[in-house]
Amino acid sequence: MTATVSTTHQSSLERTKLIRASLTRRNMSEKIFRGLGLAAVVLALGFVALLFIDVGRKGIPAFTQSNLHLSVTFDPELIGVEPPPVQASGQSDADFQAADLKWQRSVAMLNWNKVVEASLRTLVPAGVEISSKDLLAIAETDARHEIRERFVADPSLMGKTIEMDVLASANAANWIKGNIDRSLPDSQQQLSAPARAVIDSMVASGAISNGFAWSILTNVDSRSAPASAGLLGAFVGTLYMMLIVIVLAVPIGVASAIYLEEFAPKSRLTDFIEVNINNLAAVPSIVFGLLGAAAFINYMHLPISAPIVGGLVLTLMTLPTIIIATRGALLGVSPALRQAALGMGASKTQMVFHHVLPVTFPSILTATILGVAHALGETAPLLLIGMKAFVASVPVTPFDQATALPVQIYLWQGNENRNFFEPRTAAAIIVLLLVMICLNGVAIYLRSRLEKRA
Amino acid sequence: MKSALFASAAVIALAAFGTPVAFAQSRDTIQIAGSSTVLPFASIVAEEFGAAFPEFKTPVVGSGGTGGGLKQFCEGVGENTIDIANASRPMKDSEKEACTAAGVTDVREIQFGFDGIVFASASTGPDFALTPIQIYKAIAAQVPVDGKLVDNPYTKWSEIDASLPEQDIALAIPGSNHGTREVFEEKVVHVGCEEAGLPADAPEDACTTFRQDVVVEIAGDYTETLARLNSNPATVGVFGLSFYDQNKDTLKVATINGVVPSLESVAAGEYPVSRPLFFYVKGQHIGVIPGIEEYVQFFLSDAISGSGGSLEAAGLIPQPADKTAEVLAAFEAGAK
Repeated sequence: MTATVSTTHQSSLERTKLIRASLTRRNMSEKIFRGLGLAAVVLALGFVALLFIDVGRKGIPAFTQSNLHLSVTFDPELIGVEPPPVQASGQSDADFQAADLKWQRSVAMLNWNKVVEASLRTLVPAGVEISSKDLLAIAETDARHEIRERFVADPSLMGKTIEMDVLASANAANWIKGNIDRSLPDSQQQLSAPARAVIDSMVASGAISNGFAWSILTNVDSRSAPASAGLLGAFVGTLYMMLIVIVLAVPIGVASAIYLEEFAPKSRLTDFIEVNINNLAAVPSIVFGLLGAAAFINYMHLPISAPIVGGLVLTLMTLPTIIIATRGALLGVSPALRQAALGMGASKTQMVFHHVLPVTFPSILTATILGVAHALGETAPLLLIGMKAFVASVPVTPFDQATALPVQIYLWQGNENRNFFEPRTAAAIIVLLLVMICLNGVAIYLRSRLEKRA
Repeated sequence: MKSALFASAAVIALAAFGTPVAFAQSRDTIQIAGSSTVLPFASIVAEEFGAAFPEFKTPVVGSGGTGGGLKQFCEGVGENTIDIANASRPMKDSEKEACTAAGVTDVREIQFGFDGIVFASASTGPDFALTPIQIYKAIAAQVPVDGKLVDNPYTKWSEIDASLPEQDIALAIPGSNHGTREVFEEKVVHVGCEEAGLPADAPEDACTTFRQDVVVEIAGDYTETLARLNSNPATVGVFGLSFYDQNKDTLKVATINGVVPSLESVAAGEYPVSRPLFFYVKGQHIGVIPGIEEYVQFFLSDAISGSGGSLEAAGLIPQPADKTAEVLAAFEAGAK
């Protein structure tokens, strides 16, 4: 008896020992796993933080612009132009418009740089010799257009002096903001020594001051006046594309998912379609770009560089994502709900639309918004349908030429005035990220609201 | 839920029926694509054109390299093809054939100025004073040594010529989709190659077969070349003169045959590596797409591409006024 007890006791002791030993091992492996997980999260967050800090550090300075306060005199000696035509009593509207256009053309052909130069001259400190070319390099080249537009809008300004703000040139802004190394010798500077001296004295006297760069949000892209380059055209282009994606991809995607999941008979054909949809979701976006160029531009003769084509290509790209997400959501609805509806005498259509779909609505919505956000940042397919062109106007319809926000980032990073455009590119990235965060925020908000209701 | 269904059905219907109507809408914006060297100039002209001609829309300018632009240009006639192709080299015969085959029979060549090609390195590095033969010896896969072609033995510039810095050879040259590449081969490599004197039995493409270990071909823009220089400061890169002008703070330019590239030395013909710049106009689109004729006239006007014009400020080297007049006359004569 005692012998058996002692042996059982001994064996249980041994078992405990074994368990103890394995316990330390298991605890250890759990600790290692948790540690690895935490390290992965920290690493990932670290990279995100690095990206945000880098983009922020580079981009935030681009949101300030250097404004040049000028008193512009519309000197009749410099602006030798006839007064604008006045519609005579017997003159037809068409004739008057032609005469007015001719006058506008003659105003456009004037050398408005002389006016810009004259007003800049008044700000040059005494004792500084500066050539007119060097002086004009201080103001952005669109200053002359702005002054001309003021004059066209109000020809009675002739002979008067007005105060107006124009942008300092990109090179002047580089110098003021320190984007270019101030200690570099003359031969490596973009601006001549007198121009730099004049700029410094203008900053000291308050003729140049920094303000928030609304131009980046309210202007279109510009090459001839880089300091005025903005994102408006690209933003509107992106907006049109997103509208097209939402209008086309959501109804088509949800409808095909409902049909495939609820109504289609299970056959080889539907299996085949399912496999294909899953594969399509994994197709690289650039392939959709090639497809879009071939189908929409070469075959259907839609315009190049237009948001309509971009929207259609992105729709094709987003469709599989929406179909898969919607099918997943439908699959997750409990069979009890369906059977209850059918048991109460509802038809299949009633069951789907009155009972199943409302429950899945939050997840479909989230999937849609995430799909659209993904499409928003897509660049590769747009390059292939001509959307990387330089467009200096805001598209009025989706059939007009436009660029998109991510493409604008691509274009700016390739601009030759890198000192100026590196910060601008980062600023454009900030704008794009803000739009994305807003979209995702809407998704989270809608989801939580709808889930509470359901 | 029902109303939402109806709404989405209506939207689909609208999209389905809306599209064909829009097909009929004609394009009223000039569409341009091509050389990335010409792109900054063409973009400036496009913007100024939009500002000066209130009745026309601002033309849209794309890039894609000379080859890419001409390929698009020669795709055919019609609103979904481009109207103007920018080129940093003249059109090749094969491209002309492609154009004719696609029905693009009225192609008008406009030469509007010059551009220099420069060799530049990081501003922190040593100075380079290069000659075509030195560049050839640095870049070719096989070089003649004692009358025989041997695999390129040089690893440092100083091994080619004692006057050059003792620095590893690394070159970033434009890819074959760029017109710059052809000018580089014609004006630099071939010149150097002839000077080096190939043996008679050398294969035909011996001059332009480049070594792969130290030469990087850049398919993208000059910014990509610049990025390459930043990652490996020993690289010597090929740039357009106007690009170098905008990035003097980080780049140092090499002299060729002792001549420093500048607007003046290229215009005077002293600097050997320069080329004319062109754009090609699809004559069949004149009168269909509004503003093409005015765009060409505006581009060639004195205030834009003449000396002292907006493009000179952006780095274009203007051509003599009589050449411009001749080009414009030829363009307008073709219009009849």
